[in-house]
Amino acid sequence: MSSRVDCGLAASLPRLMSGTGPRLQVRTLKKSFGANAVLRGLDLELAAGEIHALIGGNGAGKSTLSKIVAGIETRDAGELLLEGVPFAPRSRRAAQAAGVVMVLQELSVLPTLSVGENLLLSALPARFGGVIDRKRLRAAARAALARVGLDGLDPDSSASALGIGYQQLVEIAAGLAQECRVLILDEPTAALTGAEVETLFILLRELRAKGTSLLYISHRLDEIAALADRVSVLRDGQLVATLPARDTSREQLIALMAGETSAASANFPSASRRELALRVVDLHAGAGVRGVSLDAYAGEILGLGGLVGAGRTELLRAIFGADRISRGSLFLGAEPTPFAPASTRAAVAAGFAFVPEDRKHHGLFGPRGVGFNASIARLPLRRFLPGWLDRRAETTETTSLLSQLQVRHASAAQPIAELSGGNQQKVVIGRWLHRDVRVWLLDEPTRGVDVAARRGIYALLRERAATGAAVLVASSDYEELATLCGRVVVLSRGEVAGEFTPATLTPAAFMAAAFRGFAATPHN
Amino acid sequence: MLRLRGTAEFLFLALVLAVLVGLFSVLNAHFWSLATLQTVTNRIPSLALAALGMTFVLIAGGIDLSVGSVSAVAGAVFGWCVADHGVPVAVAVVAAMGASLLCGLVNGALVTALRMPSFIVTLGLLEGARGVAYLVTNSQTKYLGERLGVLQATPVGGLSVGFLLAVVLTGVAHFAITRTVFGRHTIAVGTNEEAARLVGVSPTRIRVIVFALSGLLAGLAGLCHVARLGAADPNAGSGLELSAIAAAVIGGTSLMGGRGSMVATFVGVLIIATLEAGLAHLGASEPVKRVVTGFVIVSAVAAESVRARLASRSSLLPS
Repeated sequence: MSSRVDCGLAASLPRLMSGTGPRLQVRTLKKSFGANAVLRGLDLELAAGEIHALIGGNGAGKSTLSKIVAGIETRDAGELLLEGVPFAPRSRRAAQAAGVVMVLQELSVLPTLSVGENLLLSALPARFGGVIDRKRLRAAARAALARVGLDGLDPDSSASALGIGYQQLVEIAAGLAQECRVLILDEPTAALTGAEVETLFILLRELRAKGTSLLYISHRLDEIAALADRVSVLRDGQLVATLPARDTSREQLIALMAGETSAASANFPSASRRELALRVVDLHAGAGVRGVSLDAYAGEILGLGGLVGAGRTELLRAIFGADRISRGSLFLGAEPTPFAPASTRAAVAAGFAFVPEDRKHHGLFGPRGVGFNASIARLPLRRFLPGWLDRRAETTETTSLLSQLQVRHASAAQPIAELSGGNQQKVVIGRWLHRDVRVWLLDEPTRGVDVAARRGIYALLRERAATGAAVLVASSDYEELATLCGRVVVLSRGEVAGEFTPATLTPAAFMAAAFRGFAATPHN
Repeated sequence: MLRLRGTAEFLFLALVLAVLVGLFSVLNAHFWSLATLQTVTNRIPSLALAALGMTFVLIAGGIDLSVGSVSAVAGAVFGWCVADHGVPVAVAVVAAMGASLLCGLVNGALVTALRMPSFIVTLGLLEGARGVAYLVTNSQTKYLGERLGVLQATPVGGLSVGFLLAVVLTGVAHFAITRTVFGRHTIAVGTNEEAARLVGVSPTRIRVIVFALSGLLAGLAGLCHVARLGAADPNAGSGLELSAIAAAVIGGTSLMGGRGSMVATFVGVLIIATLEAGLAHLGASEPVKRVVTGFVIVSAVAAESVRARLASRSSLLPS
């Protein structure tokens, strides 16, 4: 019944903590949300002191599995054994007390607290029965930050001032502030830059050496090869196979996840037809964008690369009218008069579409239904009653959209917050498909999205470009820029630091450009 | 599915109302009568209209504490026009509505332009508008007799024009929320303002419109109050904002924004009015009435949240 692949190599894997049994055993775990069965009898074994990667498509059950292990969700059936003892955490706190800690994929940093308070929120050092011991708090926070290479960060600074990449590191530091037997990381590198990823990996290896077992969810297969000891592939809520990470090829893993042999990657669109879609001239916005000029052509996918803080997000937001432009101008197509987006409403009317980086806070209407979220960017109207919805047309359109994008959902009324990240992102992108979009502005469009959904999104964007739209993709994933884009502009400290075509793009040249603004000392 | 879920919630509310009516009928032989129905429906229009406006604002993620004071401003302006200056009733109505619209626009403008929490802004107008009502009437009650008698006329089955107006406007408001782009955008802004802005919805526009609507409906509530009393009292409508919030909340409107139903709010109004009339029939004292009303508000909302939790736990949603 189960499509489990038995693998002889699994027997010979390194048991780093020799002599002990498995750290965590998961047996025939089941979990459903409504009619949507997410885990269908899942088995998994986590050895002591190993880094165990978990991969799988949208809704394969990775996040649900880890949430059950971490006490955030309850299970319907099945059994967990922690070092041979039945383990049924009733809350995240209870799991933590047992040494099972999860760093959440969606950030849970509280912006009104300080960095230190965020780190130690679940175990604030107190004296006199409840008064926070600031000195101990600061010291413990410093130690935790040093462990993730953030020695320079002041524990007293406000968490709201941190960018999303830093927030992720703080989040991970919070997970490490406690002693843990099992550490679960869900897409920890999604928002990190190359240097931050390296710091994280060193840290995770240290933890492994100390005997912590790590369950590492990621969609980045190269990371898994570099980091993990074993990798388990999930599909449709079941274990497909557990394999040694180093001896398994990328193609093999993708094939196991998809349940089929994968197609070769598609060719790149390029701006062969030079028809201007958007011209940005000396754009200044806030502190992040400091004089950016670039052209985007109809039919091309233009990548925007750079480090965290390079100004990619700020640039896209300014173009979309979400942030104020302090200087510079935009031109739409070949129009001679500049386009000044007074509001996002004006930008949408002019043919822009925007996909934000922070999906949970800026993209989703979490408690509202999947259908509501899919139709909000373009609501079908009655022909003779201005302002009135044609609800029948809305149902038809969203139903076809959701099935076209293969969004896994129980019903159109199911709150979108209940879907997996990849399915949410398909809706956030797909909501624009019914509009006549001339310029797409996408900020990290595949952040926290699995390989299969990522391919779907790439195909979608290529198709949009092929139909004549200009597609701007900001990404911190070099591989994404290299595979998807016909041209890549690298930003550094709010300025254009380089432009590449697939022929000239190399990791070394890319990184050199990304760091350009940081090397030069500004004059005047 | 959405419709079905809403229906279960609505049936639950209707059940609460039916239980109240049944209970009072059993406890007091005189409760079940046409006279009671008339008393209840007579008292309803002011609260119902204010509660509709409140529901718009709550769905958009705000709150309007000024509705009681704004209703008094409308009554005061009307009384000043008619009693002091002999202005024709129709013109006075327009002036009163204009004054209440202005109050709503002031709320909307302050909330959006200064990015202030609506709780604070409307708390300011709760005081300020009440002061204006005193200034306009010179702190005197203006006796107007039957000048707005048309709202008190009972053309159908003992139901007053004011009541019918409230029913019709409930229907209109319900359609506005469920079937128009404005309604959908209001829900979007109330659920996640930034996400709404990033799909091209203007939260500023929506905010200004809902506060304007709330102001207008509060003004109409004030005129209904004048009609019932036959006088413009600058003290009118004090505490109306809290009853309106209670009605909306009983009807399942979320104070967090993004969720609410006009029809359910109206049933919430009926529940509050029935409770008041029923307790009066039983001869309950004012303090006792308030204790019981408070208890009913909290238990209705608590029971609904328990029901919703049970439903979501046991439901196998058909896709």
